[in-house]
Amino acid sequence: MTTVIYDGSWQGFLTAVFEVYEYRLADTVICGEKFAPANLFGASHKVFTDEAKAVRVWDRLRQKLTPGAYRQLYDSFLSEDKGVEDVLMRYIRYSLASKVAMENDFSHPDILQVKQVSRKVHREKHRMEAFVRFQLTKDQLYYAIVQPDHNVLPLIARHFKARYADQRWLIYDATRKYGIYYDLEKVEEVQLNFTADLQNEFTVSEIYDEHESLYQHLWQQYFKSVNIAARKNTKLHIQHMPKRYWKYLVEKK
Amino acid sequence: MNHDRITEKLAILADAAKYDVSCSSSGSNRKNKEKGLGTTGNGICHAYTEDGRCVSLLKILLTNVCIYDCAYCVSRKSNDIKRAGFTVQEVVDLTINFYRRNYIEGLFISSGIFTNADYTMERLVLIAKKLRTEHKFSGYIHIKSIPGASEEIIKEAGLYADRLSINVEMPTEKSLALLAPDKKREDMIQPMKVLKQAIIENKEEKKLFKKTPVFAPAGQSTQMVIGATAETDLEILYLANGFYKKMNMRRVYYSGYVPISNDNRLPAIGTPVPIVRENRLYQADWLLRFYGFNVDEIVDKNNPLLDMEIDPKLGWALRNMQCFPIDINTAEYQLILRVPGIGVQSAQKIVAARRFRRLGYGHLKKIGISVNRARYFIQADNDYEVKDWQPAQIKQFILSEGVSKYKADFSPQITLF
Repeated sequence: MTTVIYDGSWQGFLTAVFEVYEYRLADTVICGEKFAPANLFGASHKVFTDEAKAVRVWDRLRQKLTPGAYRQLYDSFLSEDKGVEDVLMRYIRYSLASKVAMENDFSHPDILQVKQVSRKVHREKHRMEAFVRFQLTKDQLYYAIVQPDHNVLPLIARHFKARYADQRWLIYDATRKYGIYYDLEKVEEVQLNFTADLQNEFTVSEIYDEHESLYQHLWQQYFKSVNIAARKNTKLHIQHMPKRYWKYLVEKK
Repeated sequence: MNHDRITEKLAILADAAKYDVSCSSSGSNRKNKEKGLGTTGNGICHAYTEDGRCVSLLKILLTNVCIYDCAYCVSRKSNDIKRAGFTVQEVVDLTINFYRRNYIEGLFISSGIFTNADYTMERLVLIAKKLRTEHKFSGYIHIKSIPGASEEIIKEAGLYADRLSINVEMPTEKSLALLAPDKKREDMIQPMKVLKQAIIENKEEKKLFKKTPVFAPAGQSTQMVIGATAETDLEILYLANGFYKKMNMRRVYYSGYVPISNDNRLPAIGTPVPIVRENRLYQADWLLRFYGFNVDEIVDKNNPLLDMEIDPKLGWALRNMQCFPIDINTAEYQLILRVPGIGVQSAQKIVAARRFRRLGYGHLKKIGISVNRARYFIQADNDYEVKDWQPAQIKQFILSEGVSKYKADFSPQITLF
């Protein structure tokens, strides 16, 4: 068995796929360097991300797969599920070997898993589009902190860019320690160490726009007023708004 | 801005609007123009209240002052409650500021009727117009048409709103006359016809001239209160079906009556909200719209009431055992869709997957169908032992697998008359 270690990026993963074919590695386990076991029994193969190799795999897959299936691969990758790389590798092997489009072969365990994992990531993406709560600072930046289950910021950038085209905004992933920032022209990934200090600083009302607390308060009031007490259904409430998201939701504070 | 006053007004006017159940923010295709604010798409539920309903739009009344006295409505003029009203600018500011913070998908504006229908409706249209023109707002706007408003103003509303709706309020004219003596059914049906026609004409025109401005791109919807009066599900579903077929409605909403009044024409305060019945009606509604069922397959003269214990699709299957078992590996998509325990997504997966190999129960389970429910109605490879169960037995088997927390409410068909 060979452990293939890559840098954790999508390009790195595609490079790894290339090298599995290049070096004819059989019986592989692909894993990001952060999760690589310290003591490796058996062989290991270190991958250095190479854009040219990644693009070749990318292009080949695009010939083989429909745009929808290609997206499923990328979305599944962003799940960061343990072992998802191996499922994707088997999926890719199957698709490259198959003469017909195989993405709908749902009785095949890997195909079904990619479908289901990508659905899961898609749901998380949708939740983030719903649960981001911007707060307006004095310098007119709308910023939000989130902690999504999966690494979905790359997937939500387009939605927020199209919707909030006329305001500067920043969405920060506190788990993965990076954010996406829109400067009225383009969305960029930004590395910030938005640690506890900075967050504490942000709770100081001095940095907010003067109306920020009013609108937060109004939103909380609205949320309370639209509830129909006679129909109380806590289970359904929590099913739709799981508690792990409450931390950053103005109305659940 | 006076913070306390605006907070109080929001509390009153959101509270008064919450019985309107329409929450959808989908179905429109408005794009962000010239770096303005907002988009519409598949709709997003930004929050869920403690009753489990989604919060997608800022749903408020412009005012809860009303000249009408509809018995089922909290804002009826004879009700002794606090009254309030927003200015047009206040609604615009709230909408924009909530939207910018990603709290909402847009605005759902309705109102009690003050002065007269046209005057009220003009104010609602003015809000939408200001949002669209002064703020370049492309988020979702749903305007509730005021019954009795003139045709011109309803048509103007369509130029700014994504969706328009006129509530039919009661499933039958008789109930309407009983509970809302000021309102006439004709005042509701007529504007629906106007809208339907205007939407069709707009689509035709759009085909010829690309620059034609959109008109209510998310169509129209309506709502009726159920459980306040003695209508059967047959009457309700036939009416809904008529709206879908004849008025091109996008949605019909069923609002389980929440007792809010001691009026003896209505269920007393404390009567449970008919949540299960409402749910069964929505299930039936989905069967009409997405599963290819005809309304007379779901309810008919012999079965005018939906079974509260089981969903209407299972109910249909048990009444039509001669259609089963269905062979998963060969049957048409439309037939697979009719199997209890198989939804639209699963049916599509089955049809796609069986081209690669024959499917067995193991596959079906993994794909996500409810085998415990479907097994009585299907054939697949590596069969369960197929027995000739009677419909009543199957119902018992399926019921014994789960317990509903609403079991106490299973007989909410009220008998008032």
